[in-house]
Amino acid sequence: MIELFRVTKSFGDQMVLNHLDLVIPTGKITAVIGPSGEGKSVLLRHIIGLLKPDMGRVVVDGEDITHMNRAELNRVRERFGFLFQNAALFDSMTVFENVAFPLQEKTRLTKAEIRDRVHEALEDVGLRDVDDKYPDELSGGMKKRVGLARALICNAMHRLISETHKRHGFTAVIVTHEVPAIFEICEYVAMLYKGRIQMRGTPDEIRNSEDPVVRQFITGELEGPLKFV
Amino acid sequence: MRSIARHLGALTLSLLREMGRMLLFLLYAIYTIVRSPCRPILILKQLSFIGAKSFFVIFLTAAFTGMVLGLQGYYTLTKFGSEGMLGSVVALSLIRELGPVLSALMVTGRAGSAITAEIGIMRITEQIDALEVMALEPFKYLMSPKILGAVMALPLLCAIFDVIGIYGGYLVGVKLMGVNPGAYFHEMEKSVAWKDVYSGIMKSVSFGLIISWICCYKGYYTTRGAEGVSRSTTAAVVMSSVLILIWDYFLTSVLL
Repeated sequence: MIELFRVTKSFGDQMVLNHLDLVIPTGKITAVIGPSGEGKSVLLRHIIGLLKPDMGRVVVDGEDITHMNRAELNRVRERFGFLFQNAALFDSMTVFENVAFPLQEKTRLTKAEIRDRVHEALEDVGLRDVDDKYPDELSGGMKKRVGLARALICNAMHRLISETHKRHGFTAVIVTHEVPAIFEICEYVAMLYKGRIQMRGTPDEIRNSEDPVVRQFITGELEGPLKFV
Repeated sequence: MRSIARHLGALTLSLLREMGRMLLFLLYAIYTIVRSPCRPILILKQLSFIGAKSFFVIFLTAAFTGMVLGLQGYYTLTKFGSEGMLGSVVALSLIRELGPVLSALMVTGRAGSAITAEIGIMRITEQIDALEVMALEPFKYLMSPKILGAVMALPLLCAIFDVIGIYGGYLVGVKLMGVNPGAYFHEMEKSVAWKDVYSGIMKSVSFGLIISWICCYKGYYTTRGAEGVSRSTTAAVVMSSVLILIWDYFLTSVLL
């Protein structure tokens, strides 16, 4: 289980997370939705320890990671797979090298085993014959798939995903502004607005919400409390 | 008046914070090098990038520096009737001072800027974050090989610079101006001591550390996209060059 208690984060004068409380249940796919620029990625970065909150606590599987040092954080990160919004592939490496990298560095698998695992992971995300391509030779969607294959290859318990990708059988947190597509794959939804969780619940509860902010975000209407730039 | 004092205070604090962060960066890089050594192949790649690929620019700079020294030295020494000392003037100037400093400045321009740009782009495209979330140590993969590569490459480049520079001085002094070749090399052998060579090597090693430290640091803390990369690269080159010259003065005063 991933828990955030009164997490507050500011960048300069801009408060991005404002005493945010959130519990991400184990074994479920949770979607964090909200308008662009509301701090969804900042929230994910707190969960993996890439950012430290100004105030509040982040607890992963009962361990408070807020004040952990780098070595302790790395131990917790072993349990995570993280897909960045823009995939964050190593641009000096081929697709194969990118996906194989965590296995080469963190396991004692043989070259043949690594090759098999990489091909399996790439096929899982619908990619074939792209081993020798470099990231700049791939389309945006393909890059994300390679990033997903890299994130999943170490069989992490928790998966933090910055866009919509359908996977099952583990705790997943998906951050997205793609509604209503997200409702089809997630079991739990939290909406982030003005640095706090505006509403949480099952996809049906969110869909049927009377909250004007949630309503406007889901329907995409221009008139309402949300200001679309 | 109060606002000026507040402004100065804020500036001092931010300067101290930056210096502290730079020092911690260096200490952590050294700690990583000692605690979890990186793969030799990564160091070799950096040795090739910083060292071997800088050969041409070092060759050109050294040749023309030596030739200018030969010309200027000859012009000055003939005033005192001691043009036979040309070899010693050229060699000592190059080995003690110009070799280490000019080779370091050339490497800063060629490889240092590239190091900052590479790490800066990795930072803004979240590639460094990707290493961190994989529970891998970015310092081990990015900083350690570059620092070790630079510390090894600079003394080698400096040695090449010295040899080519001395030959450049020989070409002008002996072949063009007619200085006795025996006198050129004999005076050089008489006046250059091991201490001079040692001082040049020490300078090169420390310059290698300065270049890789500043350039990695500036890249690592790059923010704000493409403009940020450009700003970091410029700052890294300027700061490395200035620090090389300042450190050179201190080291010279200690090693003299």
